[in-house]
Amino acid sequence: MRLFYWRMKPMYDIAIIGGGITGCFLARQLCRYALKTVLIEKNTDVADETTKANSGIIHSGYDACPGTLKAKLNRLGNPMFDAICRDLGVPFQRIGSLTLALSEEEIPVLQQLYERGQANEIGGLSLLSAEAVRKTEPRIHSRVKAALLAKTAGIVDPFGLAIALAENAADNGTDIRLNSRVVGIRRENDGYVLTTPSGWIKARYVVNCGGVFAGEINELLSPARFRIRPVKGEYIVFDKQVGDLVRHVVFQCPSEKGKGVLVTPTVHGNLMVGPNSQDVEDKEDVSTTRSGLDEILATAGNSVETIPLPLAITGFSGLRASADTGDFVIEELSGYRGFINAAGIDSPGLTASPAIAELVIDLLKSGGLKLTPNPAFDPIRKPIVNVVNLSEEEKSELIRKDPRYGRIICRCESITEGEIVEAIRRRVGARSVDGVKRRVRAGMGRCQGGFCGPRVLEILARELHVSRCQVVKDRGASYLLSEQ
Amino acid sequence: MNKQRMADLVVIGGGPAGLAAAIEARRHGVRDILLLERDRELGGILPQCIHNGFGLHLFKKELTGPEYAECFIDELKDLNIEYKLDTMVLRIHKNRIIEAVSPNEGYFRVQARAVILAMGCRERTRGALLIPGSRPAGIFTAGTAQRLVNIEGSPVGKKAVILGSGDIGLIMARRLTLEGANVEAVVEMMPYPGGLNRNIVQCLHDFEIPLLLSHTVVNVYGRDRLTGVEIARVDQNQKVIPGTRQSIECDTMLLSVGLIPENELSVQCGIELDPTTQGPVVDEHMQTSIDGIFACGNVVHVHDLVDYVTEESRKAGRSAAAYIEHKTKTCELRIKTVPGKSIRYIVPHYVNWDQSDQDLEFFFRSRDVHDRASLVVNLDGKLIKTIRRRHLVPGEMQHIKLKRKMLPICSKQSTLSISIL
Ligand SMILES: Cc1cc2nc3c(=O)[nH]c(=O)nc-3n(C[C@H](O)[C@H](O)[C@H](O)COP(=O)(O)OP(=O)(O)OC[C@H]3O[C@@H](n4cnc5c(N)ncnc54)[C@H](O)[C@@H]3O)c2cc1C
Ligand SMILES: Cc1cc2nc3c(=O)[nH]c(=O)nc-3n(C[C@H](O)[C@H](O)[C@H](O)COP(=O)(O)OP(=O)(O)OC[C@H]3O[C@@H](n4cnc5c(N)ncnc54)[C@H](O)[C@@H]3O)c2cc1C
Repeated sequence: MRLFYWRMKPMYDIAIIGGGITGCFLARQLCRYALKTVLIEKNTDVADETTKANSGIIHSGYDACPGTLKAKLNRLGNPMFDAICRDLGVPFQRIGSLTLALSEEEIPVLQQLYERGQANEIGGLSLLSAEAVRKTEPRIHSRVKAALLAKTAGIVDPFGLAIALAENAADNGTDIRLNSRVVGIRRENDGYVLTTPSGWIKARYVVNCGGVFAGEINELLSPARFRIRPVKGEYIVFDKQVGDLVRHVVFQCPSEKGKGVLVTPTVHGNLMVGPNSQDVEDKEDVSTTRSGLDEILATAGNSVETIPLPLAITGFSGLRASADTGDFVIEELSGYRGFINAAGIDSPGLTASPAIAELVIDLLKSGGLKLTPNPAFDPIRKPIVNVVNLSEEEKSELIRKDPRYGRIICRCESITEGEIVEAIRRRVGARSVDGVKRRVRAGMGRCQGGFCGPRVLEILARELHVSRCQVVKDRGASYLLSEQ
Repeated sequence: MNKQRMADLVVIGGGPAGLAAAIEARRHGVRDILLLERDRELGGILPQCIHNGFGLHLFKKELTGPEYAECFIDELKDLNIEYKLDTMVLRIHKNRIIEAVSPNEGYFRVQARAVILAMGCRERTRGALLIPGSRPAGIFTAGTAQRLVNIEGSPVGKKAVILGSGDIGLIMARRLTLEGANVEAVVEMMPYPGGLNRNIVQCLHDFEIPLLLSHTVVNVYGRDRLTGVEIARVDQNQKVIPGTRQSIECDTMLLSVGLIPENELSVQCGIELDPTTQGPVVDEHMQTSIDGIFACGNVVHVHDLVDYVTEESRKAGRSAAAYIEHKTKTCELRIKTVPGKSIRYIVPHYVNWDQSDQDLEFFFRSRDVHDRASLVVNLDGKLIKTIRRRHLVPGEMQHIKLKRKMLPICSKQSTLSISIL
């Protein structure tokens, strides 16, 4: 038996467990070196857990406690986004953030935050008077007394970025194994054997990027020194009609419950409010609650004069993977050479993700991994065309070559059949209706797939050569149609 | 490589509204008409409405949706009116240039002398209601489910709850039952149903499907596929009454919670909308706030009966023809219509002063249920007509006719109001 998998399974240099932003960034950055890497993800798609449900803010970094890994990796991660997003064709906008003082008492808090920012070596911070805030943000609440402006804060499409990273990694030779939950890990003399329902995977180094499940993954090998507690955050997204309600990411002063409820435009031009902060038991519970939605609406109502409730288009929630150590846990598991945890990656995990990847690469190197440059590495990923944004000539040219780019399937976001087919056919392509939505936004608009849903389903069935009853909404058995 | 052509009239949307408008315009002498439809067939929403109940008013017989549409599609073809399918209008400019795209012709522009908007409406979704809970597969808007079942022949589920008692939801309750599914309940937040009484009787009562008024869905369960919903009773202010929660097992939930006129193109073009109907503000010729752009059908306000869509659209077709012939009489002096007590909206929003003896028609909905009501029409505060109605419900659109000569113009700010007493 043993001999069997020894011979049958390829030996990877590195196995990454978890296809969230942490795992995808690491996979992509490792492509710079001549290594054989596999990214293992339990779901049908990458970026289908916390990475798809967060605020999408690239934080400036004034907020983290000085001296922590969070503070350091936030500072290092933030400036890396411009170049990487450009290479990968992912929208990123440095719109800046405003943290509001909602009362006179909070003005000193802003001062403290400013000083913390100085301690964290964050540039671009300044304090604004109430008048100055109202000048840049006319819709802001009249009670606002002052604000801290952080110029370097930005917004990004977090799942779009993770998908682009995975795709670019795959283009550069990384194996991406989906539908492969790691259920067992065993140490072998020169590495580890990971068990998944679809077979064994052998690797010399393993990096655990398992999000809320990072503790469980660690414990497949030995007791973990940290515990991950899932903390739910809920959101509401509004129609693009009100996408310009605010121009900055608008925070309130942080409290013991976290960074508080924000109001922000998204990179796609919607308005988003959230999150709250709620301890939950179940690590798969991403339901929204009446009380949670009411809480974020009420709290956000302190930041801006009116929340355009009738223009809400959807609600969602995500789970922060908070470690009881209070900081990211990025280290080799003691006693297990070559097994590295990247755990407790809660906020600002998205911002820190490129820096986390570099830190893990350093750890791998000090663990003995040889890093020789990969001369074939191509950092560029061409984004899926977005037909509506092309010039008239480009549109005509593209449609002439492939008429499917002239057939609009999602009318709210004006997404064509050509774009949907591309989203399915690319490497690490969409395998579900939500997978299509995360790649090209079909179904993300105001009608939430009411019109395009049946058509996307049909295209998926055709492209994947399955019956329509086998098409899923998202994960597992989320079949859209029932059998005859 | 800009393609641009000319047309006398461009009609956007090939549903019953667009079809009737195009046909009527041709009958009134408009030669160069182009109808653009984004779907693969003409008929709008009708091809998926395979039930009876269309045309009672207009043809005095009960047709199915496809049969009703067919009458107009045949006529459109007989009249040789040019239409393009699979063609999506992307933008309308104030100067009546239309931008559109299709797989066959690519991206193109049309300069029209007049435009008729007939884009219909879309359904409100779960997201708009912010129903909390998980987000599994198995939740559809009723119209989407109708399309899946009736056009694609795909069953959507076995055990269903329907939220909202709009007509599509009621029709789908019956449809799913006939397909062999169990419809556990139709749950309606208001104390009265949203759809037509005839649909309550024919789709629910006849199939013993419970209608739970003053109830709503408060939670949704299921990780992959829907496994159940929690419902609760609500008070007059639509607040949940504690202690009334109960769970219903189901694998499917359909939403029939309202339709929204499809006016992204209108907004982009700068056409004024009525915040209540969410459709363009129109005058008695169905002309919008922009000269030469007309609108009709569900894009203006949501209709219950297609017959009225057809009539309204014929009016738009005639008006566009008159406009193209330079015969339209819009005038400085306009009477504004104002919804009075218990009236939600009135269409048209304006009436131009004019000495013809043509009848004027007003369409409106009540805010709530009224028995033995009097409709009172006032011009500048002076009573000009009282009409008795036995029963008024928000789910059934009302209309009244007035003679032009009943409206002697008084001033530039004249208003005509309709109230329920
Ligand atoms: C409400 C909220 C708001 C936030 N806002 C921000 C923000 O504005 N800015 C910011 O910088 N950060 C923010 N964060 C934090 C950020 O979202 C996370 O740090 C980041 O997404 C974590 O990514 P990850 O890859 O570590 O985890 P995940 O995205 O959860 O990925 C882990 C992956 O591992 C997979 N997996 C788990 N177990 C196994 C197994 N046994 N086998 C195989 N695969 C497995 C999972 O399926 C999953 O895909 C926010 C978080 C939340 C919850
Ligand atoms: C389920 C259901 C049941 C009904 N039952 C009855 C009944 O029993 N009896 C009855 O009398 N009435 C019934 N009705 C009402 C009646 O069918 C509608 O009022 C009528 O279809 C509205 O016509 P319309 O042309 O305004 O809109 P639609 O039928 O919606 O047509 C609009 C058309 O415009 C097209 N379009 C939109 N935007 C664009 C664009 N940008 N470019 C190109 N094309 C575009 C759309 O694709 C569509 O084909 C029912 C309606 C529904 C939905």
